[in-house]
Amino acid sequence: MTTLAMTGRPLLQVEGLTHRYGSRIGCRDVTFDLWPGEVLGIVGESGSGKTTLLKCLSAQMEPHAGHVVYDTREDGPQDVFALSEPRRRLLMRTDWGIVHQHPVEGLRMKVSAGANVGERLMAVGARHYGEIRGAALDWLGRVEIARDRIDDMPRTFSGGMLQRLQIARNLVSRPRLVFMDEPTGSLDVSVQARLLDLLRGLVADLGLSVIVVTHDLAVARLLAHRLMVMRAGAVVEEGLTDQVLDDPQHPYTQLLVASILHP
Amino acid sequence: MDGYNFAYLDEQTKRMIRRAILKAVAIPGYQVPFASREMPLPYGWGTGGIQVTAAIIGTDDVLKVIDQGADDTTNAVSIRRFFARTTGVATTERTAEATIVQTRHRIPERALSAGQIIVFQVPIPEPLRWLEPRETETRKMHALAEYGAMHVKLYEDVARHGRIATAYDYPVMVGGRYLMRPSPIPKFDNPKLDRSPALQLFGAGREKRIYAVPPWTTVVSLDFEDHPFEVQRWESCCALCGATDSFLDEVIVDDRGGRIFVCSDSDHCGERRAAGHVGPQPDALGQPVAEEAT
Repeated sequence: MTTLAMTGRPLLQVEGLTHRYGSRIGCRDVTFDLWPGEVLGIVGESGSGKTTLLKCLSAQMEPHAGHVVYDTREDGPQDVFALSEPRRRLLMRTDWGIVHQHPVEGLRMKVSAGANVGERLMAVGARHYGEIRGAALDWLGRVEIARDRIDDMPRTFSGGMLQRLQIARNLVSRPRLVFMDEPTGSLDVSVQARLLDLLRGLVADLGLSVIVVTHDLAVARLLAHRLMVMRAGAVVEEGLTDQVLDDPQHPYTQLLVASILHP
Repeated sequence: MDGYNFAYLDEQTKRMIRRAILKAVAIPGYQVPFASREMPLPYGWGTGGIQVTAAIIGTDDVLKVIDQGADDTTNAVSIRRFFARTTGVATTERTAEATIVQTRHRIPERALSAGQIIVFQVPIPEPLRWLEPRETETRKMHALAEYGAMHVKLYEDVARHGRIATAYDYPVMVGGRYLMRPSPIPKFDNPKLDRSPALQLFGAGREKRIYAVPPWTTVVSLDFEDHPFEVQRWESCCALCGATDSFLDEVIVDDRGGRIFVCSDSDHCGERRAAGHVGPQPDALGQPVAEEAT
């Protein structure tokens, strides 16, 4: 929380974001600001529009209405969907990271772990093999993957390792904003805990801003500074994580919090 | 030949192919789609190259066809005969005499000159295909010149083999803009693509693409700063003509494991032997040995 609001303006400003699937609503009229260094959790049940919202925010889908304004390094705040396509694609693979729920979607399964991590560097013009490999080794270490696995294929990795590899692949370009869709969704509980620890450490060390979608309130509590609760495509409640989870105001949030099992 | 138009294809088809060629020449390295025709030989045997040749060949042209550098291999012989029968143009095995050279897997050793045209047969034109199966996406990558991922392949080579092990179909940048597959020529021939005085045309029949490298266009092979592009070298010379600077094929000569290396470019080797160059085993393949130079 120490890095919150170090600069005078939000990193991401979202206004009236709406996406429809035909006559059905994906997400409706979502408005919020994300500040540098802030971790925003989006929670809600399946089908509540979390993933649709994340895809619109991360420019993987174009919304039908609303604006996403990102504070670019060079030119200050810019509407993401008004940028030229080359600029937007460059932004997506340098200043942003996207961590998919299933690592297979976010990794190249046919090339080695080192090449996966190095790809973003090569995409922005790194042409020195030794330096690319050095960076890949460094990042494998930071996500706790043994250095001697650098030339192994991702298919020989466990689920937790794949997810960590995907995180390294995204963070190697030093993004400022990372989108995560259920980052711990397909992992068992003990592996989840380790990944959450790792993520918390990286977010704090690098001062990352993160938007994390999850249906798991425990994950939200551990990672997120602030929460948005979604239902049927709309945001029904938002506030500081502890406040939302400990003193839910909206009946749906109360239901959501009450339905957590306590073993 | 009765019943066929000059050079087999009808005039409308040739015009369509020529329009694609003109566009390809105007945008060096860009893959131009064209309505590839059914040809009287299977895909993979050079249908793209044949259509390009058929579209550009005229009555006063002299055609040379090579396959793996040699004029006397099956594919080269049948394509050469195809054009001899459907056009009646003169054919040759001598690179220097040809106005059009259709080739598979090699560029002749003798430097091509201005006015000559070399036509490559291309199996897979898309250099990004191995990492991106979607055509819509590879076209976008070309349009936006997003070629960084191509180095992932070279990275994999170095990580696995300690050097860039890709030996043929080695990716190149054309005119500083388009990434191109030079067809399965050995990377030994890549330097010959660069600023060649000859027009270089590439035809892919099954994939329905034509692309071109106009004369004097820069063609740069991709590499890493600390693993620069280099061509392969051989420890021996050509057994027949003694050449040390040509691309050599390994040939098994008996059933006891005996092997020799000979020039893959049969015209180049023959010219050298005719000029009196003699290798260590000049009669190894039953070739005529040149008279001792005096």
